[in-house]
Amino acid sequence: MPHDHHSHDDAHPHALLPSDPALRVKALETILTRKGLIDPAALDEIIDTYENKIGPKNGADVVARAWSDAGFRKALLEDATAVVRDLGYYGRQGEHVVVVENTPETHNMVVCTLCSCYPWSLLGIPPAWYKSDAYRARAVREPRKVLADFGVTLPEGTAVRVWDSTAEMRYLVLPMRPERTEGMPFEQLAALVTRDSMIGTGLAKAPA
Amino acid sequence: MSEIPEPVFAELWHAQVFALTVHLSEAGRFAWPDWAERFGATLKAHGLARDLDGGDDYFNAWLETLEAILAEDGIADPVEAAQVRLAWEAAYLSTPHGSPVRLAGD
Repeated sequence: MPHDHHSHDDAHPHALLPSDPALRVKALETILTRKGLIDPAALDEIIDTYENKIGPKNGADVVARAWSDAGFRKALLEDATAVVRDLGYYGRQGEHVVVVENTPETHNMVVCTLCSCYPWSLLGIPPAWYKSDAYRARAVREPRKVLADFGVTLPEGTAVRVWDSTAEMRYLVLPMRPERTEGMPFEQLAALVTRDSMIGTGLAKAPA
Repeated sequence: MSEIPEPVFAELWHAQVFALTVHLSEAGRFAWPDWAERFGATLKAHGLARDLDGGDDYFNAWLETLEAILAEDGIADPVEAAQVRLAWEAAYLSTPHGSPVRLAGD
């Protein structure tokens, strides 16, 4: 009975239907816009900011400055919130930023066990693994195994310290400056600073 | 492990629900720490059944939390939200492919 079947030509006659959650988000946007509670242009601005303007480059800039300037490094470790604000990396939620410094004795690693609190203004939006249950649970329980999964093996004498970020207090790791980088231009230094090295699940890259 | 660039938001609706929440918080609807606490509780509840992977399931929990807060505050009634969602679905199903989808009455 060919009449019972849609032909292939009719399979997609209409616009592609978004997923259920996508439609629910549209519904909220519609209701809030009708009530005058949101400004669609402001939503676009927020998305553009996080997709295109803010990212780990900001954090790498801060780290490379700390590597290059002892006075900056000291100020950063004492009051990172003020220092990064002066650079224009101001957290939109008014959160405090704390920078923790890696040393040969202590390696720092950051997690948010509650949800996914993260220094957005310095690192952008967290990667999926940072938001996963597996990382959030294991980072505290077995940080060395997690580091091994990321390909990081620390000397036996190095202690691992895990910091739990919250909405009010977000941590950034100051990784150790790689060897053989004396006199390296600032831009090249900053390029060695990976996102993961500032979460503490990686180390800064070695110079090529 | 961070050599392969990942998109900031895997899906457009992830970006949209994120921006909506940030915008509402910045407009003073709720403080971000209160949001984080509610969202954390939803994640915990969802995570009891299975390990969340931090992708779609993360933003599903995010959306559920936002819907609940807006319902409690009387800003977006669940029944109204469901009706508008159905209206959007109907609009998509009745709009020829390639044409902009608009909600009747808006």
